[in-house]
Amino acid sequence: MGTIETFVDATSTPHFDSVEDVEARLAGVGYLASPAVATTVFLADRLGKPLLVEGPAGVGKTELAKAVAQVAGARLVRLQCYEGVDEARALYEWNHAKQLLRITAGRDESWDETRTDIFSEEFLLARPLLTAIRGGDPKVLLIDEVDKADVEVEGLLLEVLSDFQVTVPELGTVRAERRPFAVLTSNAARELSEALRRRCLFLHIGFPEEELEHRIVRLKAPGLDAALVESVVRVVGALRAMDLRKAPSVAETVDWARTLLALGADTLDETVVRQTLGVVLKHQEDVAKAAAKLDLDAV
Amino acid sequence: MSALSGAGVAERLTGFVRALRDQGVRVGTGESVDAGLAVAALGLADRERLRAGLAATLLHGEGQRPVFDQVFDLYFPRTVGAPGDPSAAAEVPLDRDELRARLAAALAENDAAAMAQLAAQAVDSLGGYGESPGSDGWSAYQTLERLRPQTLLARVLAALREGQDERAGFTDRLTADEIRRRIEDFRGLVATEARRRVAERRGTDSIARRAVAPTADRVDFLVAHQGQLAELHRTVRPLARKLASRLAARRRRAARGRIDLRRTVRGSLSTGGVPMRPVLRRRRPGRPELVLLCDVSGSVAGFAQFTMLLVQALHDEFSKVRVFAFVNSVDEVTDLLDRGRADPEGLSARILSGAEVTRFHSSSDYGTALGEFAERYVSTLGRRACVFVLGDARTNRTPPNADALRHIRDRAQRVYWLNPERRALWDTGDSAASAYAEVVDMYECRTARQLGALIGRLVPV
Repeated sequence: MGTIETFVDATSTPHFDSVEDVEARLAGVGYLASPAVATTVFLADRLGKPLLVEGPAGVGKTELAKAVAQVAGARLVRLQCYEGVDEARALYEWNHAKQLLRITAGRDESWDETRTDIFSEEFLLARPLLTAIRGGDPKVLLIDEVDKADVEVEGLLLEVLSDFQVTVPELGTVRAERRPFAVLTSNAARELSEALRRRCLFLHIGFPEEELEHRIVRLKAPGLDAALVESVVRVVGALRAMDLRKAPSVAETVDWARTLLALGADTLDETVVRQTLGVVLKHQEDVAKAAAKLDLDAV
Repeated sequence: MSALSGAGVAERLTGFVRALRDQGVRVGTGESVDAGLAVAALGLADRERLRAGLAATLLHGEGQRPVFDQVFDLYFPRTVGAPGDPSAAAEVPLDRDELRARLAAALAENDAAAMAQLAAQAVDSLGGYGESPGSDGWSAYQTLERLRPQTLLARVLAALREGQDERAGFTDRLTADEIRRRIEDFRGLVATEARRRVAERRGTDSIARRAVAPTADRVDFLVAHQGQLAELHRTVRPLARKLASRLAARRRRAARGRIDLRRTVRGSLSTGGVPMRPVLRRRRPGRPELVLLCDVSGSVAGFAQFTMLLVQALHDEFSKVRVFAFVNSVDEVTDLLDRGRADPEGLSARILSGAEVTRFHSSSDYGTALGEFAERYVSTLGRRACVFVLGDARTNRTPPNADALRHIRDRAQRVYWLNPERRALWDTGDSAASAYAEVVDMYECRTARQLGALIGRLVPV
């Protein structure tokens, strides 16, 4: 362990001591992490590198960032990406209206004075990326659905994510006093550039193992009978093996468990499954296919 | 793991990285250094943690994961030598029946540790072949042929049912499929174990080069077996999504650039007649019509089928997609493709039974098929049609009829030919590749990766 500290610069202070520590503390705020997730979060924290999380919708990619923020007592700074998000929304913007007011207010001073004044911190509107690296308090930077943003925005992210600094031409380079724990999530709608991927640790969160999903359902839908939880998890497992348009995710499993709880069902049988399949499957053709494969109409 | 320490780890790690690069995973020096830091931070005590840590630092996408896992199992094996447990070693070799009985119990229990151990013992006692050093080894195929785990299904089910009381729960109908999946996992374990044993004998580096299965998108269409094709079909949708966004981006770019003079001048009125802000011409959203002409004869069926599914998944990107299939007679199969969306695996069977693609005999005849297409369908092609011909151009020594292809080319906006054969094999034997390549552009398209690149590049927007 002694060698590793020399590589990591002083701007990052680790939040976690060990992989077990990650696992236990995340579980403490209601996020049950698989061993792979816990290991990768620990490494991202230790190596001070951003974490790129991919996986199907509803497996808890965004939740992971929130849980880490909660555990580390850090502020969560979120940049939600969409098509057309740009520098002004992601990085910083000058407050033009305020600058104009300042210029008109100080009519008798020289232009040089005014100019240096209006390009000072006071007139800078910090957007998420700049917010995340300014100030000494611990922060978690969540860049959500980075695959939805245009390719140009990736270029913008490179400087922030590799050196944790932002260059504002009028002010100079702003360096992070304390590195934020950065999490990027992606649904792989678009192939991210190799340059961006290389700056990140890569984590794929897939559907959880049966045993882990069992625990998640028990945690999120307390009060559901243990045997019923097992049936639910098994049926969802079978649905995932079916090659559907949209395989049910953990979010759907939990929704289903809660639905059953609300309905007061105590066992899973044909009628209950047929009535509630729509909670788990979101496409009509998937429902039809699953019903056929599960022999729902056989009896 | 006890064999690894100090400098050995660094060497093992660089060997591992080299093997990954040989398999087409792009790993830079920076990533290797990160991997080293990860090993230092995690230690070597927990193998699964090490696997997760190395994957996080070395991989850039989930598509490379199967290759990574296989290579990892070779370079960081679970144990060294024959299966370890000394008390078990006293009673080895276990015979086949004993192994089957234990495997059945492990499958019923879903006991992963026991299954891994059984895989090791099975390879040890059933998989060995050859006598003299140099020609001996361990074979996963032989192990599985002797053990026949797939025949255990009924036995496991019976054992499970016996242990239960009479109430037949809803989830019981899932049991058979679950057991089948566990058996499939066991087969994977056996393959891994056999590779590990051979690697010990022959040297890890050479086995990593030869015995690791490539990722699905790098598998040659013409030699892919059933399982690989099924895996390929699962990649259709993600690939289509990527291609769609690539095409959309090309379309956006193509729409930029030309100035709309009238609207620019109109806009300049607000700035005193100075055109401050040029207005760009908007393109009418015309989308091309895509036509596939596919050879569906046995030799290239896998390729044609994959391409059809991919194009179907892309149908939003085109004004119209039409698919024609032929062996020696052409028939339109667009409807068959649409209706059978729920069952992609049965596609080729449906085409062969539902469409008239053969006449008199069942070997492919490009000349006749192209002639027929030119005669019957070319007049229905739109002005913006883009035709892809898919096939190996092996005409079984019948006349190639390149004139028909020329006729198609003159009518359609573009015609491309995708050939699933290696370029070196073109024009060998009965291939008429060059006769066709003179008329239209012919591209080698052996893997899903190549296909994705070609479609993303060639399709007009």
